[in-house]
Amino acid sequence: MALTNEYIQEQLVAKFGDQVTAFSTTFDILSFESPKEMNLKVLQFLYDEPSLGFTFLTDLCGVNYPDNIGGELVVVYHLHNFTENVRLRFSVATSIAQPDVFTASKLFESANWMERETFDFYGINFVGHSNLKRILNVDEMDYFPLRKEYPLEDQTRIDKDDEMFGRG
Amino acid sequence: MEANHNITLPEGSIEKQTTTLNFGPTHPATHGVFQNIMEVDGERVVSTVQTVGYIHRAFEKLAERRPLYQITPITDRLNYCSSPINNMGWHLTCEKFLNIQTPKRVDYLRVIIMELSRISDHLICNSIVGVDTGAYTGFLYVMQYRELIYEIYEEVCGSRLTTNIGRIGGFERNFTNAAFTKLEKFLNEYPKTLREFESLFTRNRIFMDRTQGTGGISAERAMNYGFTGPNLRAAGVDYDVRVQQPYSSYQDFNFTVPVGTTGDNYDRYLVRNAEMWESISIIRQAYEKVQAFKGTDADVYHADVPEYYLPKKEDVYTKMEALIWHFKIIMGEIELPKGQIYNAVEGGNGELGFYLISDGGRTPFRLHFRRPSFIYYQAYPELIKGGMISDAVVTMSSLNLIAGELDA
Repeated sequence: MALTNEYIQEQLVAKFGDQVTAFSTTFDILSFESPKEMNLKVLQFLYDEPSLGFTFLTDLCGVNYPDNIGGELVVVYHLHNFTENVRLRFSVATSIAQPDVFTASKLFESANWMERETFDFYGINFVGHSNLKRILNVDEMDYFPLRKEYPLEDQTRIDKDDEMFGRG
Repeated sequence: MEANHNITLPEGSIEKQTTTLNFGPTHPATHGVFQNIMEVDGERVVSTVQTVGYIHRAFEKLAERRPLYQITPITDRLNYCSSPINNMGWHLTCEKFLNIQTPKRVDYLRVIIMELSRISDHLICNSIVGVDTGAYTGFLYVMQYRELIYEIYEEVCGSRLTTNIGRIGGFERNFTNAAFTKLEKFLNEYPKTLREFESLFTRNRIFMDRTQGTGGISAERAMNYGFTGPNLRAAGVDYDVRVQQPYSSYQDFNFTVPVGTTGDNYDRYLVRNAEMWESISIIRQAYEKVQAFKGTDADVYHADVPEYYLPKKEDVYTKMEALIWHFKIIMGEIELPKGQIYNAVEGGNGELGFYLISDGGRTPFRLHFRRPSFIYYQAYPELIKGGMISDAVVTMSSLNLIAGELDA
């Protein structure tokens, strides 16, 4: 039997009840959310349940929704079942005041650096991570640059010395 | 030198102590900005810690202020050995998100360019493995065909390395006859060179001794580490995005997905070589299909999407509507639909994914690049542990790490 999005949703609801919410399907990928405390349980269930078999972590990244009070930071997992060729998107939200999310690096080695990257850019603290430090930015950096509170430089600013940029 | 007490020395250790060796970031054998701080026992690698981020350029942040078409030049600079795949992967993501249907001819032309860039990516990787094992000749043999591939890019889009090739909806102009002539030249001559290249390496005793059994990984570990592309296939998993989720009409082509068994450097080399042969075959098929278009069909090189595809310059000067679209596109005044999409293509190194979130604005709310080499480089310490330093060098080049993709 081919693995359908409806079946995945049924299995998840049967296992976790109303803890898994916001099911939707966009561009063939089923996405859903859960409370952040549940993330490892959900990932482990998706990994272990033979009829689901989401054993490949394609991608892990952070998103910042500044207007979503209490859930400003979101961690998005993209999972893939190679044999059935089905993708899945799973996200957990966390408050920016206490951005603690359990690490998935014990389940997927690949999550190690992706979580470090997410920490680097969004400051999400992956609890239990063995080596949670900045990866792409310099260690001395004291802010999390991909958060929306740090806008890019104004492109129309004129106070720069053009000579320093080869345009003098 | 004092013994490092955090390190357990391997059995039969000769030196009875480890030495810290700083490998990179600008060592000629790293072929890019990679730094590894290795603990070595004599010449054996005990452990290593990678440092990445030397050429981090904050692409994901930059992308948040750019309209879609301005993000294409950013994608060039990810895997710069196969930038057309990145460009087209991005365009395909946009088209899927905006529900744009491209004509078949565009798909086939794209396939030609994407497979050419796969060849240019793999030939560099494999010949560099050769250079690192001490055989420089093969590198020079195939290098001239990378030059020819770059000339084809030049005919199509005007640039060579960071190509910015194509537009959302198709190509900026139709392929010239010169481009097709060069393509024919490539198809005629490259197979001979590739055979020659293979005869230099594939059954070469020194090369086999150097690469077999080094840098190996099992299929389970490779999947757990998030390997994709040739590196995963070398470990025995036949996962290829072109087959699993065909894009750009890949379902119209006949090709096989080569797989290895041991996931070591030799298997990676074999898989890449076999993929080059498959790519040549795909290009032949695509070129035949392109030639089958006659008359006005042969002039189709883009989809009809005025909101995203720049109008002809002479129309901009003479037609009001074209002028309006031109202005709106250039100024990035097209509002995107709300939603999110994850779309992937088979890049030179594996699954190159684009995760785009739009909140209905003119630029992406969030754009994340799934960069294959960033993810599989994590496995490097495991791959080289217990081996010689010189094998670590070969393993690094056989993984085909591209610093630009690693650091985004």
